[in-house]
Amino acid sequence: MKLYDLTIHQSHELLKKGEVSSIELTKAVLERISQAEEKLHAIVTVTEELALRQAEQADERIRSGDSTPLTGIPALLKDNMCTKGIRTTCSSRMLENFVPPYNATVVEKLEDAGVVIVGKGNMDEFAMGSSNEHSAFFITHNPWDLGRVPGGSSGGPAAAVATGETIYALGSDTGGSIRQPAGFCSIVGLKPTYGRVSRYGLVAFASSLDQIGPLTKDVTDSALVMNVIAGYDPRDSTSVNYPVPDYTRALIPDLKGLKLGIPREYFVEGMQKGVEEVMRTAIAKLEELGATVDWEASLPSTKYALAAYYIIAPSEAMANLARYDGVKYGYSHDGENMWDAMEKTRQFGFGPEVKRRIILGTYALSAGYYDAYYLKAQKVRTLIMQEFQQAFEHYDALITPTSPTVPFKIGQKVDDPLQMYLSDVCTLPINIGGIPGLVVPAGFCDGLPVGMQILGKPFSEETLLRIGYAYEQATGWGQQRPRV
Amino acid sequence: MKLSREEVLHISTLCRMSMSEAELERFQEQISNILENFEILKEVDTTDVPPTAYPIHMENIIREDKTAPCLPQSDILANAPHQEEGYFRVKAVLD
Repeated sequence: MKLYDLTIHQSHELLKKGEVSSIELTKAVLERISQAEEKLHAIVTVTEELALRQAEQADERIRSGDSTPLTGIPALLKDNMCTKGIRTTCSSRMLENFVPPYNATVVEKLEDAGVVIVGKGNMDEFAMGSSNEHSAFFITHNPWDLGRVPGGSSGGPAAAVATGETIYALGSDTGGSIRQPAGFCSIVGLKPTYGRVSRYGLVAFASSLDQIGPLTKDVTDSALVMNVIAGYDPRDSTSVNYPVPDYTRALIPDLKGLKLGIPREYFVEGMQKGVEEVMRTAIAKLEELGATVDWEASLPSTKYALAAYYIIAPSEAMANLARYDGVKYGYSHDGENMWDAMEKTRQFGFGPEVKRRIILGTYALSAGYYDAYYLKAQKVRTLIMQEFQQAFEHYDALITPTSPTVPFKIGQKVDDPLQMYLSDVCTLPINIGGIPGLVVPAGFCDGLPVGMQILGKPFSEETLLRIGYAYEQATGWGQQRPRV
Repeated sequence: MKLSREEVLHISTLCRMSMSEAELERFQEQISNILENFEILKEVDTTDVPPTAYPIHMENIIREDKTAPCLPQSDILANAPHQEEGYFRVKAVLD
């Protein structure tokens, strides 16, 4: 096995025993980047110098006996998390040269744990997109088939984890941006409960939906990263002061006593046959592992989630993105006067998908349309949340596909926004509800990955990790690596 | 819901983002198409349903009123496209 294919916990064992140093591990990952990046295009900025410096410090820390499970282990951050002194672009022309003066809370926490940062991962511009084709710089390719998309918006980080360009990554998820690419790249992705992880220093897209979470090679790694990044942060007034458990204690390889619901609305019309077959096999496995499965679960408002989401998210986005005016930071275009300069800055600084959402959000919030669109969507949000609450009175978790299809071809949906939006149909209701969702590899359909999505009530990450772990141990789908 | 050309122009002004003629036409068509699909929300009976802004219950989160160090001015201005004497520089606001 190559060093870059190791998981966090495997790396930690070797580092602890002194069988490998953080410098060696980091160099192996950096070499993998220089070898695979030509085909993958997953990384916007490689931070080689910083990584080697942090690795040296980590080796010292390990020698002194003061290491944590993440010490000395390479990580990639999605390029929308502020890193002090390191360019943070959101894969946008608007922030191409933006160097944050402070670190995001998650970055501080990883640094305290002894992280080695190898770079910043490519994404759809400002996290708006489901394929990484909306990056203003370049398109990331799916490591399982370079002609296909890795998913989005955390497509760069997901492709990098699957390929060994990093040991793990942090992504952000507003409507599926961690989970859909995790499913498309056959790795593990967790969107925590809203408020579980601080958003301080995460470039805002839709503030009531955004959440940071881990992209990892297995479920144990997901638990290890959560142990570090979860928790209350006074600098994020929406972070929740709720105790952080040791998530690794939830990793039990059986599902006895758990009741799982399969919401029928998620096995939608237009769903790829092969994906459905993989899901049925996966659910049968969960039953074999001791869970009780009810195929009659129902969340009737699911069909309204897409419309509600694509009103709420763009409305919040248009407000958040008002700050890009070419004055304080970022791209700045010349103009005849202040307003002209600002309007041109935004015309030439933003890409087409970001503009579409700003326009959509502005429309939904404008006088005369607010009640019909934004307020209506917020009321539908209430109904969707109530249905989740009712479902979790009966079930410990719900099981769904991650996406109705396997990864699609590059270019297939990029000119048809509605088709692109539909690829999030299974993931975005979870952000509307603020609940956690875990995606684990569930197998392949014609050689392309299929992810299983596990949903739970707020702060039930431990239950989700347990289910994901038991399934992973019994099947081993996640151990397969793409050849790049 | 079909958006008129004038409506798209009005939105363009509201969000302070100018558009080329080609963009104007494309957005008019695409946004109209998206809004048409959102008509599905009209089916939902939301009488007496309160709106939800945030998925968690929160009220009046306030921090303690005490001073703490902030970033130096030079750090904040470091990313400014145009600056002068410790200020952000913009074009004339009034003609």
